[in-house]
Amino acid sequence: MTTAPDYRLSHLQALEAESIHIFREVAAELERPALMFSGGKDSIVMLRLAEKAFWPARIPFPVLHVDTGLNFPEVIDFRDRRVAQLKVELVVASVPDAIERGLVQPEPNGSRNRIQTPVLLETARQHRFTALFGGARRDEEKARAKERIFSFRDEFGQWDPKNQRPELWNLYNGRIHLGESIRVFPLSNWTELDVWYYIGAQELEIPDLYLARGREVFERDGMLYAANDLCPPRDGETVFTAKVRYRTMGDANLTAAVRSEAETVDRIIDEIAITRLTERGATRGDDRVSEAAMEDRKKEGYF
Amino acid sequence: MDLLRFATAGSVDDGKSTLIGRLLYDTKTIFEDQLEAVERSSRLMGADYTNLALLTDGLRAEREQGITIDVAYRYFATPKRKFIIADTPGHIQYTRNMVTGASTADLAIVLVDARRGMVEQSRRHAFLVTLLRVPHLVVAVNKMDLVDHAQSVYEEIRDEFTAFATKLEVPDLTVIPISALNGDNIVHRSEAMPWYEGPSLLHHLENVHVASDRNLIDVRFPVQYVIRPQSQEHHDYRGYAGTVAGGVLKAGDEVVVLPSGFATRIAGIDTEDGPVEEAFPPMSVTVRLEDDLDVSRGDMICRPHNAPIPSQDIDAMVCWMTDTPLTAGRQLAVKHTTRSARAMVRDLRYRLDVNTLHRDEEAEFLQLNDIGRVQLRTTAPLFVDEYRRNRATGGFILIDESTNSTVGAGMIVGSD
Repeated sequence: MTTAPDYRLSHLQALEAESIHIFREVAAELERPALMFSGGKDSIVMLRLAEKAFWPARIPFPVLHVDTGLNFPEVIDFRDRRVAQLKVELVVASVPDAIERGLVQPEPNGSRNRIQTPVLLETARQHRFTALFGGARRDEEKARAKERIFSFRDEFGQWDPKNQRPELWNLYNGRIHLGESIRVFPLSNWTELDVWYYIGAQELEIPDLYLARGREVFERDGMLYAANDLCPPRDGETVFTAKVRYRTMGDANLTAAVRSEAETVDRIIDEIAITRLTERGATRGDDRVSEAAMEDRKKEGYF
Repeated sequence: MDLLRFATAGSVDDGKSTLIGRLLYDTKTIFEDQLEAVERSSRLMGADYTNLALLTDGLRAEREQGITIDVAYRYFATPKRKFIIADTPGHIQYTRNMVTGASTADLAIVLVDARRGMVEQSRRHAFLVTLLRVPHLVVAVNKMDLVDHAQSVYEEIRDEFTAFATKLEVPDLTVIPISALNGDNIVHRSEAMPWYEGPSLLHHLENVHVASDRNLIDVRFPVQYVIRPQSQEHHDYRGYAGTVAGGVLKAGDEVVVLPSGFATRIAGIDTEDGPVEEAFPPMSVTVRLEDDLDVSRGDMICRPHNAPIPSQDIDAMVCWMTDTPLTAGRQLAVKHTTRSARAMVRDLRYRLDVNTLHRDEEAEFLQLNDIGRVQLRTTAPLFVDEYRRNRATGGFILIDESTNSTVGAGMIVGSD
């Protein structure tokens, strides 16, 4: 990205600079950070920004993936490729493993969203991670709009919205006692559209699932799901081919696709610019429960 | 497209949430499901019209109690600019939130109810905006529909505010008559107020000139992180990563590094996308120096004849943000740029009444949401500028070392 002669930054340059500042601040002040990587577009951008923050050195912390066991296979492939390119350590927190050990139980509807939390917290404890980078954005959801960039968590990983540290200028307070931790959200000020513009401008590789292709789908609760081993159609649900793409990379059994003609990132941007539904509301069966669903989950220690 | 960060101050009664809801709605930022959720809630609460204010009340506790607890950040964009709103609650007990929201703002909107005119709260908000040196202030005279869109009402408030603003050194003041509820003068100039010849609120937000607000004169580069790859390929690489806090840095420039005072030149300025010719605020870059010096986090790179003053005696306006009062003798941690130290409160010179601007020199403590002039002695020198000259090198936070909470925000007035 080139800079203008009048010393102005574009909005993407300004956002990038802020995110890089945040990464360096955490690496300088907190002992054992890790970057939570899901293979979704936000964590792809986050990982790229981490790469930039420490270049030409390697990213000085591991990548942590909470593997629900229900990921799209493309996402796992993508993760492994990226980690190999960057030569960073990968830590996998396995939900299927935790289910087998009896640490957690899947919810009746098959959602493993909520049970990721204890698995994440267990892994963070085992590795003594003091800071976890997450790709959450404040435009995603009402509770997140009020969360700090450095989000303090007690020894149980819980967020207390009424007791947050004031965050002034670019002076972040990462001080913690033993057992406590900080969740850090370098993309706090990015919107969904900013993320896509950045992917386009930087020509970042993304899983093919984000692009519109002819895929085998069926309809359930007014949403389109891909027919696969993790998400077989039930009786009465007919499979048909439709041109669809995914707006988020959640679990394969609960993440729906949207009809789309967008085969390129530029076309996705065009479509999003006129879309009238938020990404979670549109395609995440697990977030529809209530307006306060996210607030409750975050208090428990969710991302 | 560039970026404008602005803060909004006012209470629910002033229609602040409605104004933000209106900006999001009129710029098509609100999604259908968000609007549906708000329509549902409005019906449940027995409202006659869709309460746009509900769009911004995030936490369940807030919705239940009808109050705003915390700073909330909102986003919208037009083809010209991306906007980040720091939405701060206006009640008296939330000075701390407004100070927080204003700290990063290029512009602040203070809402005034046209029926009530300029009240104590408006003065307080305008004062905090200037204390935090937000370069542009917009006074939105809201609810013009409830005063028959009367020009005289607007002019009276405008004149009163302008008079008050001269006392506060407001760099740029714009007063706009609006109705957030009806959308008057929000996106387009209102037909209901043909006498108003100024810009609509959104037009002003899109066009206000913010590039020259930054300090491009005094080179300030606080070293944030030392990059040493220790790889075969970049065996001897040693770069100083950080965010430019002031001035323009170029390869070849003579620089000095504080605290050592060693002089050298900039060998190059790197980013992963390639070298840059010039680095300016708020770019995040990596600076390489020609000489092998011992430079570490917390050091400051600047120009030989324009360096900040290294000082252990800090004179600052402090906003106190916690329940335990600030008293002389108190020990705290201070974080200033990338440098941390311990500090002792030597003296509380006065507490400032933010409504009357009266200085109480008899004050012995600052309580939550109080603002006062404080003398600090730090264990190590800080490289400081006056806050009015540079917000990035003139601001600091205070941290309670037992709880690790951020308990204060400081704006440097001077150093001895």
